[in-house]
Amino acid sequence: MASKTGGFSVRGLREWLEAPVAEGATAGRTKLNALRGAAARITTPLLPDDYLHLVNPLWSARELRGRIVAVRKETSDSVTLVIKPGWGFDFKFSPGQYIGIGVLVEGRWHWRSYSLTCPPDWTDPEHKAKRLISIAVKAMPEGFLSSHLVNGVAVGSVVRLAAPQGGFVLPEPPPAKVLFLTAGSGITPVMAMLRTMDRRGVVPDVVHVHSSRTADDVMFGNELRELHDKHPSFTADLHFTGEHGKFALAELDERVPDWRERDTWACGPIGMLDEIEKHWAAAGIPDQLHVERFEIERSATGEGGTVTFARAGRSLEVDGATTLLQAGESAGVQMPFGCRMGICQTCVVTVTEGHVRDLRNGNERRAGDKVQTCISAAAGDCTLDV
Amino acid sequence: MAITDIKAFAHLTEADIETLGQELDTIRRDVELSLGERDAKYIRRVIRAQRVLEAAGRATLFGSRNRWAWLAGTGLLSVAKIIENMELGHNISHGQWDWMNDPEIHSTSWEWDMTGASSQWKRAHNYSHHTYTNILDMDEDLGFGILRMTRDEEWKPINLAQPFANLVLAALFEWGIALHDLDAAKSQLGIPKDQWFSAPTKDFLRKAGKQVVKDFVIYPALTGPAWKSTLKANASANLIRNLWAYAVIFCGHFPDGAQKFTEEQFENETQGEWYLRQMLGSANFEAGPAMALMSGNLSFQIEHHLFPDIPSNRYAQVSVKVKELCDKYDLPYTTGSIGKQYLLAFRTIHKLALPDQFLKRTSDDAPETSSERKFAGVTLPAMPSLPAGSEWLAEHNWAGVDPVTGERRGLRSALQEAKVALKEKALHEKAVLREAKASLQEKARQEKDLLQTKAGRERRLSRILRRNR
Ligand code: FES
Repeated sequence: MASKTGGFSVRGLREWLEAPVAEGATAGRTKLNALRGAAARITTPLLPDDYLHLVNPLWSARELRGRIVAVRKETSDSVTLVIKPGWGFDFKFSPGQYIGIGVLVEGRWHWRSYSLTCPPDWTDPEHKAKRLISIAVKAMPEGFLSSHLVNGVAVGSVVRLAAPQGGFVLPEPPPAKVLFLTAGSGITPVMAMLRTMDRRGVVPDVVHVHSSRTADDVMFGNELRELHDKHPSFTADLHFTGEHGKFALAELDERVPDWRERDTWACGPIGMLDEIEKHWAAAGIPDQLHVERFEIERSATGEGGTVTFARAGRSLEVDGATTLLQAGESAGVQMPFGCRMGICQTCVVTVTEGHVRDLRNGNERRAGDKVQTCISAAAGDCTLDV
Repeated sequence: MAITDIKAFAHLTEADIETLGQELDTIRRDVELSLGERDAKYIRRVIRAQRVLEAAGRATLFGSRNRWAWLAGTGLLSVAKIIENMELGHNISHGQWDWMNDPEIHSTSWEWDMTGASSQWKRAHNYSHHTYTNILDMDEDLGFGILRMTRDEEWKPINLAQPFANLVLAALFEWGIALHDLDAAKSQLGIPKDQWFSAPTKDFLRKAGKQVVKDFVIYPALTGPAWKSTLKANASANLIRNLWAYAVIFCGHFPDGAQKFTEEQFENETQGEWYLRQMLGSANFEAGPAMALMSGNLSFQIEHHLFPDIPSNRYAQVSVKVKELCDKYDLPYTTGSIGKQYLLAFRTIHKLALPDQFLKRTSDDAPETSSERKFAGVTLPAMPSLPAGSEWLAEHNWAGVDPVTGERRGLRSALQEAKVALKEKALHEKAVLREAKASLQEKARQEKDLLQTKAGRERRLSRILRRNR
């Protein structure tokens, strides 16, 4: 309704009402925005959410949040986390996408990304048919957070969420012939695709070749078997590296003779993906291949590295003693700064990839952390949001 | 002239200052590495408490036509505003809680309940004030541009109005800060002072507008018939918060013993000297836990200036170690009751309203500012365990570590001894003066007598002459 009465429009009023919450919200627009905006005028400089989430942590549209409602063991070292998102979460993601999740451990929030394993708009009968999401996490030997999530996270914990993203997705409708090539926890985004196809009842000709060390290590093993039995067009082909060694791509011709005709989605360790890419390129069909490189959860690789300044589109090789501020300035990037000695916080920027180290105490910071560039140096390759 | 050479003033060698700096670095590292769940809980608890207090205050004011409800509501709101300003806004904007990586409790996103925009404040305060602490002409917080707080600054006739300006500043502190920060933001962007409308001004107006509308329009309007009393309550809560914030800031920087420095000192400053400047430039006041919370732990101003981004709840613990270092290096640790600290600042404000010719001390040995020259010409007692006239003593004068007792004689002893010596000198001067005065009087008397006799003689002579005529 765009009824105008003497320069006064309902839309204008609405925009005015929503203005205070328009900036702060990372979550999508909710129906309550006008109300929240009006309330923001009396809670200024805070948002009403700052009060509301004291009552219920999920009542915040300032930021996406969720609550872990179930932790289900998948294998000995992996779990599925079922999360009920709070206000503003968009359940219409594409199967194969990942979300950012922030978990509080010892007073500090840690950010990681994990693939969603559920179909869009998923409801779980166990939870009163509320819309939920799920991710699966495998504990990595050095992975601080993944170990925590697998072994220590409590049902009921509140987590922060970042909206689903990523281009490793299953198109709709899916292509007629599909090949999934996964290994280890690389199965997680593919699981969302399989579940979506199953739920929609549209399962084309799909072959899934999955590698894991032993049969017990297969995440979602039972479900793969069930899907295999339920849908004649779906073949789950498991390969156990403990017995047969690494899956050799040369075997593809034998196991999936028509692989060249299929649209392929591959996810797993970087080495495997590199080989696959080469193989597909050699076959002259690189655009039939979609790969997802999981960021490996590991600690800093060392001293120095290539620092990339994402927004400025520059990068520079530096040693482990050069501060990120110096690096940026010598690359001609407009870096914010004040004291240049770590006290004023003027120079804070977000690390979007890789690791950096706080030179004052050696603390490691990684993607998702905000760091003071004047006292931090690269610990391996890293990317900054500036 | 204020301190131009902090090494000489502190009675420390370059190496001493370097080790002192390393020891302070260790304190910082220990705290940083031990931060965890308990600290995070602390700040979240304070935030929760503050919001409950504020909500309770605002709610109570709906009944503010009743005197008791007015008092209770105003009290709650004042306390809420004070905590919000001091323990939350100030400290979070300093990045003290950035380690939690919590986007909602982060220096880059926090906005406070004051008229000034926190982005502008961060520039002026976190950067300018904390980097250039107490350096003449560089730290604009030194008197906030309207008060002469040290006799290093030249007296101007306007300073006569200082007692009044002080009252205005105290009552409207948030506005003082906001305008001060706006100026800083403009000068940083190279916008001329007299250009009124600019991007920083817009930011300022937007923020101040929201604040004013909230406290003076929306809330009163919401309480309907109680609008008048709510408005008064909101104004009172802001006033109380302003007075308190002002008092805390003044107690942290302007009591005697909080030193001032010159650009010369700053020019080639090492990290250790930076620490030392923060330590000597700030002052604490004694506070229990409640008072510490209400002052945003700025009762530990010295610790805050040494480590502005360490979580405030740790300052108490840090202060124990800082005091130990002060003992070790024989450095002063300026503190006192809040009343005493404020009175000292108050005295300076009023004293320095007067031109210098009315003041006795110079900027080298005044109570509010001194310099390394203060110790020149003051003869101090030799170290007791040293044979008088030994080489070592000659070389080091009287500073350093006594090789026999292992005790260090540094600034703190020097200040005490200088105080005694200065007192003695003053006494001596007084005595000399008294003597001089006495002898002058004596001389005057004699002259008078002489004159009288002379006059008598003349009178007699003239009588004789008249008779003989
Ligand atoms: S520039 Fe001041 S903290 Fe980095």
